[in-house]
Amino acid sequence: MNDTRTPLSRARGLGSAKEGVHHWWMQRITAIALIPLVVWFAISLVMMSGADYAVVRAWIGSPLVMVLLILTIGIGLHHGQLGLQVVWEDYTDGGLRVAMIVLTKFIAVLFGLGAIVGIMRIGFGG
Amino acid sequence: MSVANRPTNRPLSPHLQVYRLPMLAILSILHRATGIALSIGALYLATWVMYAASNPHAYSLFQSFNSSIVGRIVLGGWLFSAFFHLCNGIRHLFWDAGYGFELKDADRSAWIVVVVSLVATAASWVVGLRLM
Repeated sequence: MNDTRTPLSRARGLGSAKEGVHHWWMQRITAIALIPLVVWFAISLVMMSGADYAVVRAWIGSPLVMVLLILTIGIGLHHGQLGLQVVWEDYTDGGLRVAMIVLTKFIAVLFGLGAIVGIMRIGFGG
Repeated sequence: MSVANRPTNRPLSPHLQVYRLPMLAILSILHRATGIALSIGALYLATWVMYAASNPHAYSLFQSFNSSIVGRIVLGGWLFSAFFHLCNGIRHLFWDAGYGFELKDADRSAWIVVVVSLVATAASWVVGLRLM
C-alpha cells in the first residue's frame, strides 16, 4: 500500500484532524483509571445511600476518601465529556455541534470544580 | 407480477419492525446509552457532594429523595449502568489490543458482559449494605 503522506506529516502523526490520537488515547487512559475507582465508588455509594449528614461528611472528610473521590469525580467527568463529544460529533454538525461540545465541556468543569471545592470544604473544615 | 399472486414466503429485507437486533448491536447501543446516563449521573453525584458541603437542612432535602423508592431505583439503575459500561469498556479495551474480533468470540464476550454486570450490581449492593 502506498503512503501518500509527506515524511513531515508522517513524523508529526497528527492526521487530518490535526490532533492525532490524543482524544482516543485519553479516553482509554481515563477508562483504565476508572476501573478500580468505579468499583470502590459503587460500593461506597450503597454504603452512603441511607447515611445522614454527619456520617456522610465524616466519610467524605477522611483523607483517603477525599483523594479517591476527587479522582473519581474528576476523571469520571473528563471521561464523560470525551464520550459526549463523540456523541455530539455523530448526531450534530456545524454551529450546533461546536456549541454543544463547548457547553458540555463547560458543564463538566463547573460541576467538577464545584464538587472538588465541596470535598475540600468538608475535609478542611470550612 | 400483481400483489395477489406474489410468493408469500420470501425473506423480508431487514427493517426496524421486522428485524431482531443482534446481541452485538444491542450492546453497542447500550454502551452509548449507559455512557450518556452515567454522564448525567456524574453531575447528580457532584451535586450530592456539594449539598453535603452545605447546611444540614439542604442536605436532608436532597437525601430524602435518595432514600425514597424512586431514589433506590435510580441508584440500582446507576449501579447497573456503571458496571455494564465498565465491563463492556474492558471488552472494548481487548478489541483495541486486537483480541476477540471473531464473531463467536464477540458474541460470547457480549453475554459475559451482561451476566457479570448483573452479578456485580447485586454484589455491590449486598457488600455496600453489609459495610454500612
